[in-house]
Amino acid sequence: MSELIRLVNCVMAFDDVTVLNSINLTIKDKEFLTLLGPSGCGKTTTLRIIGGFEVPTSGDVFFDNVRINDVPPYRRRVNTVFQRYALFPHLNVFENVAFGLRVAKVPKADIERRVRESLDLVGLRGYDKRASHQLSGGQQQRVAIARAIVNHPQVLLLDEPLGALDLKLRKEMQIELKRIQQQVGITFVYVTHDQEEALTMSDTVVVMNDGVIQQIGTPVDIYNEPKNAFVADFIGESNIVPGVMHRDCEVSFAGRVFRCVDTGFAPDEPVDVVIRPEDVRLSPPEEGQLDGEVLSVTFKGVHYEMMVRARDFTWMIHSTASEPVGARVGLSVRPFDIHIMHRAEKTEAAS
Amino acid sequence: MSRRLRLTAVPYALYALIFIVAPLLLILYYSLTTGQGTALSLDNFRRFFDPSDTVYLRVLWRSLWIAGVSTVVCFVLGYPMAYILSRMKERTRHVVSFLFILPMWMNFLLRTYAWMTLLERTGVINTVLKSLGLPPLELMYTAGAVVLGNVYNFLPFMILPIYTSLTKIDQNLIEASEDLGAGRAITFFRVVFPLSFPGIMSGFTMTFMPAVTTFIISKLLGGGQNALIGDLIEKQFKVAGDWGFGSAMSVILMVLILLSMNALSRYEKENAGGGLM
Repeated sequence: MSELIRLVNCVMAFDDVTVLNSINLTIKDKEFLTLLGPSGCGKTTTLRIIGGFEVPTSGDVFFDNVRINDVPPYRRRVNTVFQRYALFPHLNVFENVAFGLRVAKVPKADIERRVRESLDLVGLRGYDKRASHQLSGGQQQRVAIARAIVNHPQVLLLDEPLGALDLKLRKEMQIELKRIQQQVGITFVYVTHDQEEALTMSDTVVVMNDGVIQQIGTPVDIYNEPKNAFVADFIGESNIVPGVMHRDCEVSFAGRVFRCVDTGFAPDEPVDVVIRPEDVRLSPPEEGQLDGEVLSVTFKGVHYEMMVRARDFTWMIHSTASEPVGARVGLSVRPFDIHIMHRAEKTEAAS
Repeated sequence: MSRRLRLTAVPYALYALIFIVAPLLLILYYSLTTGQGTALSLDNFRRFFDPSDTVYLRVLWRSLWIAGVSTVVCFVLGYPMAYILSRMKERTRHVVSFLFILPMWMNFLLRTYAWMTLLERTGVINTVLKSLGLPPLELMYTAGAVVLGNVYNFLPFMILPIYTSLTKIDQNLIEASEDLGAGRAITFFRVVFPLSFPGIMSGFTMTFMPAVTTFIISKLLGGGQNALIGDLIEKQFKVAGDWGFGSAMSVILMVLILLSMNALSRYEKENAGGGLM
């Protein structure tokens, strides 16, 4: 896959408030890249810079190795699916989808054909005469997608496109979007705050916080090897406890020493220890590495979520078996499920 | 709706019944009487539409024509202004729209008299022309003066509804249009203008209606030769004392306005889709 878009040291400031701090990002051709982060992290601003709606305060944007900082949106080979769809209320479905083609003065017969093709692609055959306000949220969403891809852009930008849909529809659309992306074979840049959505659809996930990129990687990398405590906490749920790295593969936290697989820390370096709730194993109290008391049990469908108090720290544990509230249980963690993070990065991420 | 809430509407319903519905019915009744006896007849309407004496029809036509021209002038002046206003920053916007409304707080008559002092033979404009050695202009008592008076008095009624509909347009739609390849001008004609249509429609009705029924402006600035339907109606009541004929003309005017508003709203429904979101 070749490089398509490159952001170099992009800084964005609105009235002295820095919303993007030196963003460096390369987007490859035909990949599904997701910008993931909490609201206000700068992900939408990054998307708007690519779309041409914002000009970075400093830094450069390249498209196919051409600098496009000052190219207006209507001259970019990029189309956007807006957060609240932004369908034209005065036009019906057909005219909404045809808008870009009419502006580009595509011959009439071609418009007809291409609009039908893209309505077919999003599963809205026969809806062309409907007014946009007669459609459900999911259908409006599909029209917005059809309206963008009918122009054959090289890149499709999607700004939290599923945010307004209910859970079931959202899951359907996730699969649908992935199918559309593979079928038309173009780059998708997707913005969301939903980590599950990001992990389900993306080739590459970019985790952002406070205008800074925290980690770039495949969904598996991001989940299994979070680079810092912020990423670990944001992607899935995590127990994050302070600890001390005595030497390679040996860390102490919660009042005892554990074996782990991490190396390359300074002797006795204070660290953050991250353990996923599903990686904490329950056992009879005498068999665990730690023992504690069950504070609460919540049924979550596939698993139970238990809060267990052990040694001044409340552990979140996901397990298919449950223990009653007040029971004494043992906790243990396997060495490769213990993730060690540098402390410094946590404060940086939190600042 | 609860019963109690409905009760709160009673005072207005009574008010409407006494001061709006009853007078309308009275006018309708008067329009069917001729002053001789109580028999109802269509004589008043026949008189208005009499093909052998078209003086009333000509006045009606002139009223519609002058009101139409005034409305179009208001639109041509008002739309760009409303557009510029809607693109301003929130704060300047409030200040400027305040400046637009400010003259409306001054008495309507006073404003029109002010124009008289400008346009008169010995008025401000002609005095300036004279001092420059130019011949004086006949500005007063012309159709142009009536149009000017209408435009001056009713322009805010054109600007404000258009301005409101322009500010209601979702900024995302403009970005969507640019995103789809449309530059500024195409975005304006394909998105902004159609979406401001409801505002244009109410601007048209809000300027056309007072312009077509006015009699003060035409009286003060138009003089006798530019009498409008409003003057005619006023004269029937106050000078000729023919309430029946005056009422008939009012009814005709009302029907015309109702028909045109109906046509406008139907046109709007067909062309503007669901209006604004």
